[in-house]
Amino acid sequence: MSSASPLSSAADLAPKTSFQGLILTLQRFWAAQGCVILQPYDMEVGAGTFHPATTLRALGPKPWKAAYVQPSRRPKDGRYGENPNRLQHYYQFQVILKPNPPNLQELYLASLDAIGVDLKLHDIRFVEDDWESPTLGAWGLGWECWCDGMEVSQFTYFQQVAGFECAPVAGELTYGLERLAMYVQGVENVYDLNFNGGEGADRVSYGDVFLQSEQEYSRHNFEAADTAMLFRQFTDAEKACRTYLDAGAPASETERHRMAQPAYDQCIKASHVFNLLDARGVISVTERQSYILRVRELAKACGAAYLRTAGGGAA
Amino acid sequence: MPDLLLELRSEEIPARMQRRAADDLRKLVTDALVERGFLYEGAKAFATPRRLALHVAGLPPRGQDVREERKGPRVGAPEGAVQGFLKSAGLASLDQATIVTDPKKGEFYVAVIERPGRETLDVLAEILPQIIRAFPWPKSMRWGKASAQPGALRWVRPLQSIVATFGPETETPDVVPFEIDGIVAGTTTYGHRFLAPEAIEVRRFDDYVQALERAKVVLDVERRKDIILHDARDLAFARGLELVEDEGLLEEVAGLVEWPVVLLGSFDAAFLDIPAEAIRATIRANQKCFVLRAPGTDTLAPAFILTSNLVASDGGLAITAGNERVVRARLSDAKFFWETDKAIRLEDRLPKLDAIVFHEKLGTQGARVERIAALARELAPLVGADPDLAERAATLAKADLVTEMVGEFPELQGLMGRKYAALQREPDSVAAAVEDHYKPVGPSDRVPTDPVAVAVALADKFDTLVGFWSIDEKPTGSKDPYALRRAALGVIRLLIENTVKMSLLRDGYQAAADGLRNYGDATKNDTSANEVDPEASSLLAFFADRLKVYLRDKGARHDLIDAVFALPGQDDLLMVVRRVEALGRFLETDDGKNLLAGYKRAANILRIEEKKDGRVYEAAPDAALAARGEPEERALAEALEAARDKASAAVAAEDFAGAMQALSTLRAPVDAFFERVTVNADEPALRTNRLALLNALRAATREVADFSRIEG
Repeated sequence: MSSASPLSSAADLAPKTSFQGLILTLQRFWAAQGCVILQPYDMEVGAGTFHPATTLRALGPKPWKAAYVQPSRRPKDGRYGENPNRLQHYYQFQVILKPNPPNLQELYLASLDAIGVDLKLHDIRFVEDDWESPTLGAWGLGWECWCDGMEVSQFTYFQQVAGFECAPVAGELTYGLERLAMYVQGVENVYDLNFNGGEGADRVSYGDVFLQSEQEYSRHNFEAADTAMLFRQFTDAEKACRTYLDAGAPASETERHRMAQPAYDQCIKASHVFNLLDARGVISVTERQSYILRVRELAKACGAAYLRTAGGGAA
Repeated sequence: MPDLLLELRSEEIPARMQRRAADDLRKLVTDALVERGFLYEGAKAFATPRRLALHVAGLPPRGQDVREERKGPRVGAPEGAVQGFLKSAGLASLDQATIVTDPKKGEFYVAVIERPGRETLDVLAEILPQIIRAFPWPKSMRWGKASAQPGALRWVRPLQSIVATFGPETETPDVVPFEIDGIVAGTTTYGHRFLAPEAIEVRRFDDYVQALERAKVVLDVERRKDIILHDARDLAFARGLELVEDEGLLEEVAGLVEWPVVLLGSFDAAFLDIPAEAIRATIRANQKCFVLRAPGTDTLAPAFILTSNLVASDGGLAITAGNERVVRARLSDAKFFWETDKAIRLEDRLPKLDAIVFHEKLGTQGARVERIAALARELAPLVGADPDLAERAATLAKADLVTEMVGEFPELQGLMGRKYAALQREPDSVAAAVEDHYKPVGPSDRVPTDPVAVAVALADKFDTLVGFWSIDEKPTGSKDPYALRRAALGVIRLLIENTVKMSLLRDGYQAAADGLRNYGDATKNDTSANEVDPEASSLLAFFADRLKVYLRDKGARHDLIDAVFALPGQDDLLMVVRRVEALGRFLETDDGKNLLAGYKRAANILRIEEKKDGRVYEAAPDAALAARGEPEERALAEALEAARDKASAAVAAEDFAGAMQALSTLRAPVDAFFERVTVNADEPALRTNRLALLNALRAATREVADFSRIEG
């Protein structure tokens, strides 16, 4: 056994040998395409799309290019760490390009090449998958991107966000990082992924980092989450969102909205709280629809407010 | 004659839309040409994931010249009329018009308008952009910079390039000059995304197809399907296996590749514990792969066929390995579902059905199962089923809806229930009924024959029909969201094809409505014995309509069905059908045809005379009066009485052929009556009695059908 030594070679951060190497490679690739590389949004979200850098920035006329990793929480998908493919917390790599460049498909394929998917060996396919987020009042057309029969990304041309037509349309790419990493590392169980590229004693696996938290959060999501508190939080977030929207509302036609983003945070909050309540099984089928509608109303109101800000292109 | 070549190259078009889009493109372009007077010899359209293409052969280089004469006002007409004429004819002054002399009208102006035929190229340049802009995609989108502007081009996915050429075979064709949202029609296209990324120059259809072929694109979907099917069969055969063919999947897969490369993958035989249908469902739905079996058997083999879009540099090893990994993961999931499901008995799942809303106004699935179980029990004796088994089967019939497997693959509903029922050692007829109670689904599906399955299938469908009827969710026009037409057809086929006698109103409607009492307002008006609930008659009329469709497909005349349904109390479909059949056969005999003619004559006379007299001749004819008249009159009176009694008795015994036979004895006396007897006798008493005789004929025929509804 060699004693612990600093990881030195670049190979350790190669996309095919470490989870973090995969992330770094994607970041470098999209940085080279002129994207701002953001850090994850500091709130619990169900998908990278909720990040204001996507939802809000997709609105209005201003060009925007960004890429970021977003931890995504799907409370219902928890499996107590026992399923090799399902997690209640996982990472998405999100790219948003507005307007979408004409060669977005080529760029996407080049990014696969960059992370070590040899396009001469692997069968990449764009299979119809129309995307819709009922809570965000958003939809788009696009594909699931398949690599040898496995879905590795979502590719969407946003048509509407928060109930507003996208003008111009943004292209959104979402890479399922764990799945992609499992593929390039040739691993069948997510917890076996090499996280840091180290070998022997230096090796840190995905399981080392996340197994315990998957177990704990599964317990929390399905058994323990305080539903009375969550119901309160949902109502509070909904109320706060409206309050902030009112407080920041422009006094006249010519003025801007002054608090669209803090209001949107409350919309995100409500959405996540709803997901937790749903996982706890305390929302009936009929109520479910009405909760989704309530979140959508918030999203729409926030979208409308954002369009009255500088970022949303208001004069 | 010149040809048009059009190619619209885009990002990947959903497989399910390609065939329709190609058809639409061909139709829209050729219709627009024909509408403008441009005829063509032939047209064919093609689709791949990345392009729609159209070849229109044998177009004229230019349209025909048009000469038109337009009549104007008289010479010397008021200025206003002259100005109007000049304007409408497009003339600058009267000098350009000719003067024609007519012997009656005098002199008047005529404008001769000559329009030279337009260049086809120009017409195409006008038509094509319009068609592209208004293309009827089921779903379309905007993209890129242009999408910032209102009215931006919409397409199914971003449109990348357009090839549009027009010209004769022997010369270099012209480019059809048009441009849409910055995409300029030209002669450049691209082949396979990975195998031939270079630009290709094309001129006309023939070299286009060849150039694409060289660039690893098979343009014609039928050829792609052929290649996939044959290669798949060959690969299977080489392994001593047989392909499980699947036309729907083949069509879809052919829409996912431009250059099909078929590969064979395998999985661990241990997965074959999972029911074959579930293996097939997961491999088909999630991976779009075909399954294989041992030749001539239903036993699946641990292998599958995948269709890739790439000639890989390693011969497809990595692609196969990748697909195998995914299949393995999918089958692991399926195996997990199967094992988990097996651990819970079906009856223990029932409480979960209480949490699933079937329909807001009709309660939960749990409530529905209770109703169906009670109804199946009631119906069981009518179909010869054991009531306990029917109730048991109905109780378990929907339990698989809350299994993991059906949650994942809804199309396996019923089938998985049957497997789980068999595993927990339910009687065979119960397990079979769990699957078969959904049947028949549509006109060509198998109809269950086991009495237990028939009872549950009927109960399921009656509950659905009567339930939705009671909350006024009836099908209208093309809208039938709850597939009620299919349910009614299912009832019809179950009853007729199993020769089940039952009263739709009492055994079906009323029994189901009693069960539904607590939901909706099925029985808001509790019907007394003599009163027919309007909902019930409306449902019966719905069945009559469906029965007509069913019998029409079997060649029966719809007027005969109407003639039988016009009689009161016709709610036993089996009896209705038998009666219609007997009636049809009867009307094909000479006796039947003549009797119908006699009936029509009698009915006509009655109609006229009843109208004239302002009364109805309903009274029975008087035998004594008839005896006083002509012998034919007496003979008819006697024959009618005998025939009517016989027909009535035969109908009561469900002997419809016998009833027709009884009516057929009327033919000779009716013919003789009309031959010899004058209905409108001078003596009023005789006349009245003769009309009463005609009415008796009308009444006698009503024993079997309402002849007034019969055509001819």
